Amino acid sequence: MAAQVAVPVPQQEASPLELRREWYGWQWLATVDHKKIGIMYIAASLAFFLIGGFEALLVRTQLISPLNTFLHPDLYNQVFTMHATTMIFLGVMPMSVGVGNYVVPLMIGAADMAYPRLNAFSFWLFFFGGIFLNLSFVMGGAPNTGWFAYAPLTERPFNPGTGPDFWLLGLQLLGIASIAGAVNFIVTILKMRAPGMTFMRLPLFTWVTLITSFLIIFAFPSITIALILLMFDRLAGTSFFLPSGGGDPLLWQHLFWFFGHPEVYIMILPAMGIVSEVLPVFSRKPIFGYSFIAYSSVAIGFLGFTVWAHHMFVTGLGEIANGAFATGSFLIGVPTGVKIFNWIGTLWGGSLRFRTPLLFACGFIANFIIGGISGITLASPPVDFQQTDTYYVVAHIHYVLFGGSIFGLFAGLYYWWPKMFGRFLNEGLGKAHFWLQMVGFNLTFFPMHWLGTEGMPRRIYTYFPNQGFELWNLVATLGSYLLGISILIFVVNAFLSARRPAEVVPDNPWEAATLEWSTTSPPPAHNFDAVPVVYSRYPLWEDRDPEGAHGATAPRTNVDAVSHPADDVAATGEGEQGAHQGGAAHAFHLPNPTIFPVILAFGLVLIAFALLFAPPVLKITFLVSGLVYGVVSVYGWVRQVSD
Amino acid sequence: MLGNPRRREPRCSAASRVRIALWATLLLAFAALLGGCTTNNPLSTLNPKGPAAHHIYDLLVTWLFWPAVVVFFAVEGLLLYAIFRFRGRPGDPLPAQLHGNTRLEVTWTLVPALILTVILAVTFRTQAVLATPPTGEFITVRVIGHQWWWEFQYPDLGVTTANEMHIPVGVPIQVELSSADVIHSYWVPYLAGKMDAIPGRINKMSLQADEAGVYSGQCSEFCGVQHAMMRMLLVAQPQGEFDAWVRNERSIPSFTAGVTPGATPGATAGVTPAAGAASESLVTRGAQVFANGACVTCHAIRGTAAQARVGPELTHVGSRRSIAANTLTNTPENMRRWLRNPQAVKPGNLMPNLNLSDQDVDALVAYLQSLK
Repeated sequence: MAAQVAVPVPQQEASPLELRREWYGWQWLATVDHKKIGIMYIAASLAFFLIGGFEALLVRTQLISPLNTFLHPDLYNQVFTMHATTMIFLGVMPMSVGVGNYVVPLMIGAADMAYPRLNAFSFWLFFFGGIFLNLSFVMGGAPNTGWFAYAPLTERPFNPGTGPDFWLLGLQLLGIASIAGAVNFIVTILKMRAPGMTFMRLPLFTWVTLITSFLIIFAFPSITIALILLMFDRLAGTSFFLPSGGGDPLLWQHLFWFFGHPEVYIMILPAMGIVSEVLPVFSRKPIFGYSFIAYSSVAIGFLGFTVWAHHMFVTGLGEIANGAFATGSFLIGVPTGVKIFNWIGTLWGGSLRFRTPLLFACGFIANFIIGGISGITLASPPVDFQQTDTYYVVAHIHYVLFGGSIFGLFAGLYYWWPKMFGRFLNEGLGKAHFWLQMVGFNLTFFPMHWLGTEGMPRRIYTYFPNQGFELWNLVATLGSYLLGISILIFVVNAFLSARRPAEVVPDNPWEAATLEWSTTSPPPAHNFDAVPVVYSRYPLWEDRDPEGAHGATAPRTNVDAVSHPADDVAATGEGEQGAHQGGAAHAFHLPNPTIFPVILAFGLVLIAFALLFAPPVLKITFLVSGLVYGVVSVYGWVRQVSD
Repeated sequence: MLGNPRRREPRCSAASRVRIALWATLLLAFAALLGGCTTNNPLSTLNPKGPAAHHIYDLLVTWLFWPAVVVFFAVEGLLLYAIFRFRGRPGDPLPAQLHGNTRLEVTWTLVPALILTVILAVTFRTQAVLATPPTGEFITVRVIGHQWWWEFQYPDLGVTTANEMHIPVGVPIQVELSSADVIHSYWVPYLAGKMDAIPGRINKMSLQADEAGVYSGQCSEFCGVQHAMMRMLLVAQPQGEFDAWVRNERSIPSFTAGVTPGATPGATAGVTPAAGAASESLVTRGAQVFANGACVTCHAIRGTAAQARVGPELTHVGSRRSIAANTLTNTPENMRRWLRNPQAVKPGNLMPNLNLSDQDVDALVAYLQSLK
């Protein structure tokens, strides 16, 4: 089987770039290794997550008492807008992408992503796009219209500043990055699975990454269109969303939520996949109802596109439309809720090892149950008439996106950390992190159900005394400080793990079942010395459960196939220069490191700046330089292919 | 394997029993908090005073809250039980490698689906009731959202007012919502759910107050910098009082009565003779300041030259309970505070600081307060 991937190694030509390859930073800047890109995704998204978290603490501090004057109302609006935008587009989404980037190729026994340079391009565009968005704070004001950016509040007559321009251009850049990344995942998962890895043997995290990628492909065009129309409105004077010019503000909401609701599933499905990986490993038994979880995730993917107008029940769509979208929303509750039983079923009868990843996975389930229940009340239009746009919704989304996604992602980070870095995170700090986060999270967000029911609207910079809001806002704010401390514990834990002397982490420290645990920790640049062959859903557990293995009658040779990389290969470490690794028996084609994806991404950001700036000199300078960067990098990129 | 007595033993320890009791108490406290309370908080959704809010309340509490409580305890209970019951210890043998159970999985798919179908059916019933337009005699109120105040027009009664909506008790109200600028959302939680006020569209909803009272309302769609202070009051009063209110609103305030539109109000002869000479001159001066200053570029006072429709109508502002979209109670002191610098009270609102002198402010307050 090795013959399938043995590709002749192209001769290295001496190039000016050669000289810089020794530089440590270069190995990251020019890397096309999915593992390094994954780590950069995770590091950058964690940094943005800290910024978004800091913004959340500013919001909570402003709301600690009635009529507080800690933040000016407009600054408050900027901060809450950027909190949501950052957490969604720069925190949760790219962290899932980062984990997927690192783990998926390893899980399916591939050497890299299908398009390594496109992968690098996706990362750099996301990274620059995130910086671009955050520069708005020091360049004339951040977006201040909420992450949903309802027209016509975003239109120039009501918002002459550059905030909405930063927002729409930044999101456009991030959208390109996301779509390119999604295409990459789809091709990788469809075409590069190890021999024998059928769809029903695909690890569940890979399953949900595939579904999430399809969601991105279908959902992002809708917001791309919306953003282009808004850009024309703002920059060219059209009025797609301005009633005074014949436009319709509701068009924005339809386009936005057709993207926005699938986006919720884009953020939660990867976390569900992580939990579905972690639970079996730490329960020491297979996932309960593998096909139910896989199929229900597919169902969520489809149904996710039929529920968008439940964000619009009070816009006057009428009883029939509301009823239809309520039906869709109730329907999607079934495949989402059923997973909870599957997860409990996985724990049931197991021999649970409460290491930090399992704690976070259980926290995910406990919180997600609450988020699911509050979602049902919001799906019922009459109840939604009272609850929408109140803190009840704030509670709901945070139970899903923090209690769900973030808990799930932390489970994944603790779980895959030893694979990524060859070091463990400290268990004691991990447990402290979990418990503080669990308590802080519920202290912050549970009272918000009550605040919303008592009528506190969302997105208000202050409230009055004697509205019954004081006590629970105080509790929520104190809870958020606890949350902040818990995240700091994680940061400390990460730094300590990097400073500790290198440990020898075994290939499979958690006794897990999937292929990424069959190679070294961390894996060599080419991942596997030999292409693994898969005979079951749990390649590393076949000795445990002969009757459960799919196609168990086939000879179990995979243990031989997944041999460990030779020591000399591991020692060379970075090993991206050549395609040929350590003279091992199998040759792998690994693409050369290249700087062109970075340059292209940078060029696109320059063009975004060109659209942003009003003075013609600046506009033309940035446009021309952006185009030059673009043309040069695309030319270089294409040239490399023909090498 | 499930019944292995060796593994069950440590789980019944006193410590874990305490822990379970602790969790149970905590959860019960939450349930009591949510289930047992009716509050008097001004924006509470749990204190319905009109049929629409009642229908929603019944749907929420009967059909969603209690089933949710049951589901919550059942599922969290299962999870906690699994977590405590199946905790492994070093040296435990490998548990049974179960892959699933189709019958069980079909069951736990169908049961939630059935529960949700029932809730959906009840939801449809409530929807139909809420969507029924008012029959018989009803009053139409056009509500127009502005950044950051509310305009109320009663087309059949010839009344236009701002930030304080009056309705008669027991009479259905057809609310027609629109907006002059961005999207707002009209919400008086004691009486009904919310509905968006969207520029270029007219949304309709009906509400009714079953009890007299002053109800709070607030914009609930983010509409810009002063979204938080886009508040309002809804005064539900017996028919007789409401009729008197309408009569008063339609009248031209006594001070301005007799002034021909376009004339300088200061030169009027129609000043109430009852007013004391000093305050009378202050009121007169206030009217002059109003007419000759920047006020008239935005505000309207019927019976005077001021007819602009940018800011709230002020014809009977003295009779209102609040000012600045229910940001401040309507007292002379608060009005003075507002006029000295509206930006200090409600930063970013569309009324600029007019840098009025203290004398002008006092005169304006006297004048505006006289507009009952």
